Amino acid sequence: MAADETPVAKRLKSIKHIIIVCSGKGGVGKSSVSAQLALSLYASSPTARVGILDVDLTGPSIPRMLGLDGRGVLQSSEGWVPVYADGSEARLGCMSVGFLLKRKEDSVVWRGPKKNAMIRQFLSDVRWGELDYLVIDTPPGTSDEHLSLLEHMAPVHSRLSAVIVTTPQAVALMDAMKCLSFTRTVNLPVLGLIENMSGYVCPCCGEVSNVFSTGGGREMARQEELTLLGSLPVDTELVTLLDAAESADSEQAADELSHGTERTFQLIDQYQRTSSSKLFKPIVEGVISALAVSSGTPQASSAEDAKIES
Amino acid sequence: MIAVQHAVDPLSVPSDAPEHCPGTESELAGKTDACAGCANQDICASGETKGPDPALPLVRERMSSVKRKILVLSGKGGVGKSTFTAQLGWAFSADDSVQTGIMDVDICGPSIPTILGIASEQVHASSSGWSPVYVQDNLGVMSVGFMLPSSKDAIMWRGPKKNGLISQFLKDVDWGDLDYLLVDTPPGTSDEHLSIVQYLKESDIDGAVVITTPQEVALQDVRREIDFCRKVGIRVLGVVENMSGFVCPSCKTESQIFKPSTGGAKRMAVEMKVDYLGAVPLDPRIGKSADYGVSFLDEYPDSPASIAYMDIIDSTQFTLALCFIALILCP
Repeated sequence: MAADETPVAKRLKSIKHIIIVCSGKGGVGKSSVSAQLALSLYASSPTARVGILDVDLTGPSIPRMLGLDGRGVLQSSEGWVPVYADGSEARLGCMSVGFLLKRKEDSVVWRGPKKNAMIRQFLSDVRWGELDYLVIDTPPGTSDEHLSLLEHMAPVHSRLSAVIVTTPQAVALMDAMKCLSFTRTVNLPVLGLIENMSGYVCPCCGEVSNVFSTGGGREMARQEELTLLGSLPVDTELVTLLDAAESADSEQAADELSHGTERTFQLIDQYQRTSSSKLFKPIVEGVISALAVSSGTPQASSAEDAKIES
Repeated sequence: MIAVQHAVDPLSVPSDAPEHCPGTESELAGKTDACAGCANQDICASGETKGPDPALPLVRERMSSVKRKILVLSGKGGVGKSTFTAQLGWAFSADDSVQTGIMDVDICGPSIPTILGIASEQVHASSSGWSPVYVQDNLGVMSVGFMLPSSKDAIMWRGPKKNGLISQFLKDVDWGDLDYLLVDTPPGTSDEHLSIVQYLKESDIDGAVVITTPQEVALQDVRREIDFCRKVGIRVLGVVENMSGFVCPSCKTESQIFKPSTGGAKRMAVEMKVDYLGAVPLDPRIGKSADYGVSFLDEYPDSPASIAYMDIIDSTQFTLALCFIALILCP
């Protein structure tokens, strides 16, 4: 019955799949994986519509990574308008608390109830429109933000799934286990595990160093019977790309809008030239096919002939 | 344009308050629209809440035997807060006459027990309170990691429960006489941070060491953390740049894994007007030592990273001593 629908359920009705990117530990690359996932899903089909929601309220990184620093959110009659990374094409929408801060060094010092309210607003007030995928980037831990997300999205639980990101170190794996326990407790299906920062290739001699140890993700996936979606090495090219994605000063913001299209194509082109994007391809294909299996819909053609490298 | 509002004093909003709580110490406490329906509205309106928290005297008493309290903070996760805290603890306690305590308030992801190699230990209660777990005679540790039935268990707590545990760590743990209490925090600027600052308000925090990595994405969060310190009145002892440069073990060339695209921590420190304590290079052996729970400083005392750590620890102590002298001269 329509009357029973919560505002969140109503708003999220037009979204096909919701993917929550989580990890127990901080700094393992949740945001960079979320950004890559969104970019790769965007590139997976010329009509794919993707949204990315950053619920890391006290440390939002997504705006910087997508080169949207300094942009603002506008209010429309149908709700908050997400910031579109690809300008007029409007296929890659983004929402983050970073867009709501007056100065970028402002801290958001909030306790749980306020964070809960902000998340509810993000879920119910943002005018995403029709989306194929909504990628949600979460803060580290298993606390207020995560509980609030799941609580508010309970009416659309059947469309939720999670991707867990970890690094190969024992310390990070321990936290990833906690995150996995969390997903099991709240009955959230896990699409798979991504092992990030698995090795670093010296730009000088090509020697691979295991900066944060190695193989831990594979081992955890085996023990816990999870799919290992892929391992990503540290890619300085990608770090630089996501880090330096040129920011717009607020006075340039207006000017920016008109040039938006041209510039983001740049980001996606640049991304597709990095070696990470090639490694990320099978990961995205794995995600798409796992989603197709879980929702029982016919697979997208690109996923069918995907060779998922193990 | 829509923007977030920061009207109230963040320290006076209780952890279980409604979302627009004006703060219990505000003139409007119990009287605003947001207060309608709050279970504590009557208490706020009566003016009782203008007084101090009942836990504060207990915390103050416990903390009266602790000489220095240092927070280790960072806006971003995974930059090496816990590793740095552990190295600092080991370095301080290398002197037999110095008593050091480490308190891990990262409730959802406690790493300190693993890094210090005491992950399987448990906390025991005695008549004088909970006994910390000792790594060595003069290095005591308290973490929620000691209280879980299995390391796989997740703690899914909202703010108020986390705050309850933090207040217990401060008032119920039998720390004894300590020269240093190091507090390792989770990433961000939220419940845990507000609580620890609130509870230690009367016992004076000596300062905070802020850890970052060189790339702008991390620096952004660190600027917010420094902004937080200013809002709540904590002195920033300095900024440490971790994972700064990587020396290839094969060809010995240094490369930047996390490129300082905006000048790194050094420039950020100048911009934010805080001290820059130094940079620690990325060494895979640091992570490995942390996984095995051994002291990197003891295992590889001659490595460049150890030397960098020791320099930073020395300048931290120096800054602390300066603060102390300044306090005596102009109380």
